[in-house]
Amino acid sequence: MAKMAGTRSTLSLVVNISTLLLVIIWVIPTLGLLISSFRDKDQLANTGWWTSLTNAERNFIARSIAPEEQIKQGDLYILSGNIFEPNSGEVLVFGFKSQQPVAFKAGEVAQMKNEQLMSVSINGDYRISSKEPFTGSRGKRIFYRAIDPPKFTLDNYKEVLFARGLGRSFINTVAVTIPSTIIPILVAAFAAYALAWMKFPFRMLLLATIVGLLVVPLQISLIPLLKMYTNLGIGKSYFSIWLAHTGFGLPLAIYLLYNYISGLPREIIESARVDGASDFDIFVKIILPLSFPALASFAIFQFLWVWNDLLVATVFLGNNEQQLVMTGRLRELLGSYGGNWEILTASAFVSIVVPLLVFFSLQKYLVRGLLAGSVKGG
Amino acid sequence: MANLQIKNIGKSYGKIEVLKGINLEISKGEFIVFVGPSGCGKSTLLRMIAGLEEISDGTLEIDDVEMNDVPPAQRGIAMVFQSYALYPHMSVRDNMAFAMKIAKKSKQEIEETTNKVAKILQLEDYLERLPKELSGGQRQRVAIGRAIVRDPKIFLFDEPLSNLDAALRVATRIEIAQLKKQMPNSTMIYVTHDQVEAMTLADRIVVLANKGISQVGSPLELYDHPRNEFVATFIGSPAMNLFAGTISKTGSKTTIKLDSGNEAIIDVASNKEDLGKKAKLGIRPEDFKLGSEKDHVVKSNIRFVEALGEVTLLHLEPLNDDLCIVVKLSGDFKFENGQEIFLKAKTEKMHLFDDKQLSYYWRK
Repeated sequence: MAKMAGTRSTLSLVVNISTLLLVIIWVIPTLGLLISSFRDKDQLANTGWWTSLTNAERNFIARSIAPEEQIKQGDLYILSGNIFEPNSGEVLVFGFKSQQPVAFKAGEVAQMKNEQLMSVSINGDYRISSKEPFTGSRGKRIFYRAIDPPKFTLDNYKEVLFARGLGRSFINTVAVTIPSTIIPILVAAFAAYALAWMKFPFRMLLLATIVGLLVVPLQISLIPLLKMYTNLGIGKSYFSIWLAHTGFGLPLAIYLLYNYISGLPREIIESARVDGASDFDIFVKIILPLSFPALASFAIFQFLWVWNDLLVATVFLGNNEQQLVMTGRLRELLGSYGGNWEILTASAFVSIVVPLLVFFSLQKYLVRGLLAGSVKGG
Repeated sequence: MANLQIKNIGKSYGKIEVLKGINLEISKGEFIVFVGPSGCGKSTLLRMIAGLEEISDGTLEIDDVEMNDVPPAQRGIAMVFQSYALYPHMSVRDNMAFAMKIAKKSKQEIEETTNKVAKILQLEDYLERLPKELSGGQRQRVAIGRAIVRDPKIFLFDEPLSNLDAALRVATRIEIAQLKKQMPNSTMIYVTHDQVEAMTLADRIVVLANKGISQVGSPLELYDHPRNEFVATFIGSPAMNLFAGTISKTGSKTTIKLDSGNEAIIDVASNKEDLGKKAKLGIRPEDFKLGSEKDHVVKSNIRFVEALGEVTLLHLEPLNDDLCIVVKLSGDFKFENGQEIFLKAKTEKMHLFDDKQLSYYWRK
């Protein structure tokens, strides 16, 4: 007994550690994405998300006030002000040449060419003096290194949602996904009930055909289907993509629901029949409520698949503002703004937040639905 | 007046025949029990009456109307299933009201009926609970309640107690018996493999075996005068002992000479033609009495003794086949294993079966 208990606790330890590892592997990138999407874009470009909560030293370039605002003090011409204006900060080191941006400590006086002098104090006050008047239209460049406090902002989201068109694509994706999830569930539930509990000729043949369709890759039907849609006059439209996703989802849906519904106790259905219920009554009042776990688990599958789908959307929807779905928009953004992490992280998070919500709100049914039929009674 | 008439009914699944040539008349208010070994088709027969199985052959009439193709709900029957078959997502109240809601009865009527039935079955405190929050006995009461609510002409019970534990089974059995008393006009048909249930509940028992009816009769009739060897061994526990022999004397009383050499006189008539025919003597374990060397029918050695207090069960060495002889003596006795024992029985307590396994008592 003691030995058995020992093996069991070792086993559960292994299980727990593996679970923990899986959770870490999944959570860390997601968390990184989430944090990154809220960071200031300059900070994001320079440091990793794990440093986002600490102060970091960073090099900046500032410009003094323009020469036309120079002041004459005695025989010196002065440019002065504060580099942090209108905020505040702390300068560590500074310089006047891009080759040597950190040559002088804050508070020192730097000797520039033409006997010009530059000084930058810790609080950011600078003073540049010259015996000759300053010329030109722009101020002098001041290179400095300062403490950069963490900055979080919603600007990235504002930008991708409104300026980059992701908001519109989000709505398009919702418009594709919700009907493409609900229609196949409804159709499949009816079909599964009929296949499981109603007697009609060729029932098993029909079921076998449907199961057989599970292994047909949807790619082979894309072009013929599109041609057919064009001939029918529905072409590339929301209706056509709903129809396509419904078709592609139905075999799995019918198969899953058939397995679940045929496993419901026969007596319950017979009892309802003795109570006078018609097949439709039985379906609506008994089967549907009892099949909720299976319906929910298929809903998750179908929702995630349609939400993340690019292929079917590319074929059956156009590329215009009214029809471009989020995956398509992300692909475009990736092409044009591949270096702009703030745009990519924010858009990525916009696209995963809904699947995450759906998953967490229905996950208990997912687990129960996957176990469906394995344990009788339940 | 016959409430239910079964005329020559048969059932086959493809080429496999399960039941054939069943004839039965059940009058209004009767409590009928179908018993038989597993696989004898008793549940199938019940399901055919319910309309859940198609009738392959013959006709079924309820109140003189042919019901073969009438859907279950319109046959005026209600069924209680072995597994309760409650709707798991509905409260007790909704479970009982389901049939009436389907029939579109008024809310007030539904309310009144469910409350009345709940009161009969002492379910008033549980009306808002879900089936999973009830004990097995309560669930079975809800299932019965669901049947009563429909106010059927015929109640059908399909092994309703076999999912319950022993104590609850006895309690629920008594509840069903009381329920029958409260509703003297309802016909009840009850399927079981438990002969105690059959003996205690039934007005008449139908013993099914070999695709047909072996015997129909009141419980005591089946016990006292089984029609054939099957019924004789099936009814009563432990089963009746059978001893092979030959008819040695015929007349108003018949004498059989057992293969072991002893003779027994049995209180049934026989014809001259029976003389010399193979036959079997049947004696119930509880009908044996201790005899002496001069006066005995069976002599054997004790294999082992089961002392139960109120009765003593003796298992004796078999005489001619492999089955132990079982003897049930009331009271407590001191016996040793291996001890030789002499047994006799009253002439009217002995049964005689012919070479076709039929009882001489029922011959014409």
